[in-house]
Amino acid sequence: MQRFGAAVGAVAIAASAFAGEIPRSDRRSGYDFMSRETRAMQDDDAANPGQLWVLEGGTLWNRKAGAAGRACADCHGDARASMKGVAARHPAFDAARGRPVSLEQRVNLCRTDRQQEPPLAWESRELLALAAYVARQSRGMPIEVAIDQRTQPFLDAGRATFHRRQGQLNLACSQCHDDHWGRRLAGNVIPQAHPTGYPIYRLEWQGLGSLQRRLRNCLVGIRAEPYEYGAPELVDLEFYLMWRAAGMTFEAPAVRP
Amino acid sequence: MASALINVPARAKRGEVIEIKTLISHPMETGFRRTQVGALIPRNIIRGFVCTYNGTEVFRAELHPAIAANPFIVFSTVATESGTLVFHWTGDNGFSVTESAAITVE
Repeated sequence: MQRFGAAVGAVAIAASAFAGEIPRSDRRSGYDFMSRETRAMQDDDAANPGQLWVLEGGTLWNRKAGAAGRACADCHGDARASMKGVAARHPAFDAARGRPVSLEQRVNLCRTDRQQEPPLAWESRELLALAAYVARQSRGMPIEVAIDQRTQPFLDAGRATFHRRQGQLNLACSQCHDDHWGRRLAGNVIPQAHPTGYPIYRLEWQGLGSLQRRLRNCLVGIRAEPYEYGAPELVDLEFYLMWRAAGMTFEAPAVRP
Repeated sequence: MASALINVPARAKRGEVIEIKTLISHPMETGFRRTQVGALIPRNIIRGFVCTYNGTEVFRAELHPAIAANPFIVFSTVATESGTLVFHWTGDNGFSVTESAAITVE
């Protein structure tokens, strides 16, 4: 609870630095902008297609893999206990890499270091399944990334990216998601860009996708060259967005239009 | 890798109308799309779905290319007796998945 209190304090201090940022009381998950039908789809585990990946992830969790012949479960045990809250605090600082790593990167680090297997490809079904399975264990928990001296520079870098105009349309993330949320872009409501439910099942994709896939979509939308999967810029942006959503309820696997 | 999620009430009263929900993992590739170099992506869809209740067919559906990926099929039937509901999906490229669920009728 004390850590949470500290995070709230940090939010209050930093929020004053950017007048355009959304006040805490006005923050809303993308869920609140969805139609009744799409919300019902997310809420019902029997109807939420993201559960298919969760189901598959549960199988992978127990499957032995790699030269080490170890399954995730051999180290971590029952994910329902050991992975509770993990996704809600990622990206998290990795001491060996000296920077925050996203949930997908964390899965792959475990794979290469502990299981001695080649990493899973970005957006591959297996990686998404494992990420979804781990993320599912944090559903209902508050988002809380750790901000300290080591992670502060990455938070600042992510914030700078969020506020930097880029692409042929010369738009910054903040111009839509801070200044014009709730209004419409073509037929769609502009959400506040809180990553509360990743990996998400996006109806447009007809499949599950990571936050980085979504960010790259947005970058293409503003006609900027998207950063590569796993690029530091994307992870820093993820980190900033999770910090920006601190205290909001984690909903993975969420459904989005 | 095919996986399916089945939701059937575990218990029901005799004569009660029960709702059954099924969700199956499938790309439902339409056969109308092309790759970036113009090659046609071959069709790969689920064609049929059948549910039998203790051997009696209670629901059947034909699926077509316009149906989205990961088809979600919901239907209802009358709980007549305890037993097993068997769900069977068939499709292109020899796709065939069978799942079952037990129900107790009081």
